[in-house]
Amino acid sequence: MNLSALQWIGLCLLLILFFTFWGRNNSKRALRSIPAFRQLRRTIELSVEDGSRLQISLGRGGILGPEAATAFAGLTLLRQVADIAADSDQPPIATTGDGAIMLLAQDTLRNSYKRLGIADQYHFRLAQTTGLTPFSYAAGALPRILDREVSATALAGSFGEEAGLLTSATQLSGGFSLGGSENLTSQAILFASADQPLIGEEIFATGAYMGSGPTHQASLHAQDVLRWVAILLFIVTALLPLFGGLR
Amino acid sequence: MNLRLQTPLATAVAIAFGFIILASLLIPDLMDVRNQILNWAILLAAIALFLGFANLFQVHLQKLRNKEKSAYSSILIVAMLVTFAITLWEGSQGVTAAWIFNNIQLPIETSLMAVLAISLTIAAAQILQQRKDLMSLVFIGTVFILILSSGPLFGIELPVFTRTIGPIVNNFLSVGALRGLLIGVSLGTLASGLRILLGSDRPYGG
Repeated sequence: MNLSALQWIGLCLLLILFFTFWGRNNSKRALRSIPAFRQLRRTIELSVEDGSRLQISLGRGGILGPEAATAFAGLTLLRQVADIAADSDQPPIATTGDGAIMLLAQDTLRNSYKRLGIADQYHFRLAQTTGLTPFSYAAGALPRILDREVSATALAGSFGEEAGLLTSATQLSGGFSLGGSENLTSQAILFASADQPLIGEEIFATGAYMGSGPTHQASLHAQDVLRWVAILLFIVTALLPLFGGLR
Repeated sequence: MNLRLQTPLATAVAIAFGFIILASLLIPDLMDVRNQILNWAILLAAIALFLGFANLFQVHLQKLRNKEKSAYSSILIVAMLVTFAITLWEGSQGVTAAWIFNNIQLPIETSLMAVLAISLTIAAAQILQQRKDLMSLVFIGTVFILILSSGPLFGIELPVFTRTIGPIVNNFLSVGALRGLLIGVSLGTLASGLRILLGSDRPYGG
């Protein structure tokens, strides 16, 4: 038993639309608790209070491949963090290893500043490319993480092994680190070295947990349903030959 | 000049092109259109790469002007300009550009890899101090099993690890976990793409 790619896309689309409209009348549907997001919210509040800075690493994934999805999750996080902390003493900064993501990060921050009515305080250095290869990106981002003003680093994007350097630097500076990536090697490294790792698809839940709107929550519920569909299909596919053999 | 994406127009363009790409999976006649759009996207990504390079230059130039760690920034700017000029002159396959890559960039990145190996070993050793939970214990246990099953250590081979437990972890448990994670990531990617197609998630325009 198999579903084609288009059937999966169609099913996912229907589920997102269903949960978006159903969610409007049913606000009690709760999301399970993910400690990483709980602690990130607390860190954002603390950083605003104590005047420290948050650093969002958006990774080095471009916008043309599947890694773009994690970069977009990082941009969602950046927008939410900027909306809360942009008018603080030390506004959040974003680093990336890709030109296109840098442009999108600058655009995201510029709009956050505009929404808060502080457009004149926006500066292009708030979102910057620190290097264009994995390790040059990490090497360029390290001084920003080790900056005494930075109290937390969130890695949300496409990373490889270089994620370990970024989280080690955060540990060295005594800050809080949260990390999520679509890359499995990076996930293993982040599990070992980040204070709060985001495993598997948790990185895609960023928008839903950081209050980005009902569609983000709806897509999270859609993912949950699709996961169960996949599990059921696996079980049925595994059992079918068994029953076929009995006939 | 202040370049800024106008959100409604950008949303319309993103949705329209997204639907064309999706429709091309159903309608083979749209294959040429899809290839053309993808070529434009690749070209735009190349321009964005150059803008990333320009941003790096601009940031360090301003650091130099503000006299913030100006020694590092001046070395970076000079190295960047020299390498860029040589690559423009000789082309990306040129001898000098290749020499710079093989003798400067590659050793520096390799040394960072070595630093990473040490920092990860320390991080793995400290994991139980940071998080005392079942998953951390499983992680540490798996690391030990994989190290012991990777081959003879100090000339001593432990067959129970190299021939029994190691292959079970490598061939069954880790492959299963890997597929589970990949399915989750795929579903997340699918949902992200659809949110953009629906116009509810706009990474452009904030």
